[in-house]
Amino acid sequence: MKAYDDREVVVRTVDVVKQYGEGEAAVRALNGVTCEIYTGEYLSIMGPSGSGKSTLFNMIGGLDKPNEGSVFVNSVDIAQLTPKELAFLRCHTIGYIFQTFNLISVRTALENVTLPMLFAGLTPEDADERGIKLLELVGLGHRLHHRPSELSGGQQQRVAIARSLANNPSIILADEPTGNLDLKTGQEIIDLLRSLNDERGVTIISATHDHKMLDVSDRIFHIRDGQLALVETREELDSAKSAV
Amino acid sequence: MTQTEFKNIDPPMWVAWNQAKASIRVRFLRMLITSLGVALGIAFFCSMQVLGAAPVKDASQSSSQMLWLTATSLVMCLVGVTNSMLMSVTERYREIGTIKCLGASDSFIVKVFFLEALLLGALGSFGGSLIGTLLMAAVMGATTGAPGLLPLIQVVLIGTVVGMVMTVIAAVAPAVQASKMPAAAALRVDI
Repeated sequence: MKAYDDREVVVRTVDVVKQYGEGEAAVRALNGVTCEIYTGEYLSIMGPSGSGKSTLFNMIGGLDKPNEGSVFVNSVDIAQLTPKELAFLRCHTIGYIFQTFNLISVRTALENVTLPMLFAGLTPEDADERGIKLLELVGLGHRLHHRPSELSGGQQQRVAIARSLANNPSIILADEPTGNLDLKTGQEIIDLLRSLNDERGVTIISATHDHKMLDVSDRIFHIRDGQLALVETREELDSAKSAV
Repeated sequence: MTQTEFKNIDPPMWVAWNQAKASIRVRFLRMLITSLGVALGIAFFCSMQVLGAAPVKDASQSSSQMLWLTATSLVMCLVGVTNSMLMSVTERYREIGTIKCLGASDSFIVKVFFLEALLLGALGSFGGSLIGTLLMAAVMGATTGAPGLLPLIQVVLIGTVVGMVMTVIAAVAPAVQASKMPAAAALRVDI
């Protein structure tokens, strides 16, 4: 069991407000979210569609800036960063996985995985070597030179996971990683994420609808109407389960 | 908590060049059509240039008429080129958002589109210039007498340069805008 008292905080949000649109048509997707996410945990963000979980995901990942409040990643306030520093943060600290995979369609699996490494300044030889290792890690050592259109959904998501690990990030953000996959493939992706979390100690933050995801999570954030409604820990989940 | 140390590393130019090359190779047919759009605009512009370069035999064909024709052809060509390039950038907002997530700087994204446009523009403009110039020269040769070789070469050169400049501007302007979007917004765009 993971203890929380002495753990390092990797992401902290303080009163984050995000509003889309202006005036009367304005929608508050996030309405004052304050939370802490610890290094090495497997966190799920749950909530119905439109509750603001994807918006929170975008804030944590530095993909969008809040209207009010702050987001700290590794104690850096990302609202203060220049576009170039933000790019650096995205390159080195955070790996992204999406529901729709978002691989670069014109590049092969290996090129997709090595592109972030080239952004980080690796030589092509080093990048290829590391890229092949990562693709082998996710079980795609035999599909290095296939383009995304030649891979199945589950395989594409595996490439995306390998790509998210490219620069040894401390955080992996996964936005409904199993949303476009069938049950079995979804379970395989969840198992893969869980084992990466266990073996590499990478923090995994995942926005999800998928109840299978809850079984492997250390903590669960429930988002309702743009606010953090409930935080459940593994202990609470397990005791609730044994009570039933 | 570990503090992140920021260094400004931009990937070398060949990374952008590889990306542009892969993009053109894989989307070859799409790029061919874009390039054809550029070529058609430039062909029209060049044919009007050839018409203007011909020795005036008919006094009624005033220079203001010629100027009007050239200006129209330039506008037509500008609209054609801009339309082709705008489409080719906007249909790739998602890709731009993804590349941003991987840690690409804004300038990297602009570089990729610049290189692509330069290549497409060079091919399309040169091809279009040749087609427009030769066709018009042939038509004039059959009717009023062809203009000399030197003015024709000049027209092809002007057409190629004008086309390349237009193509690059038409691609880079929306690419700059797209690269400045927050990554989340670029990913949300659906076309």
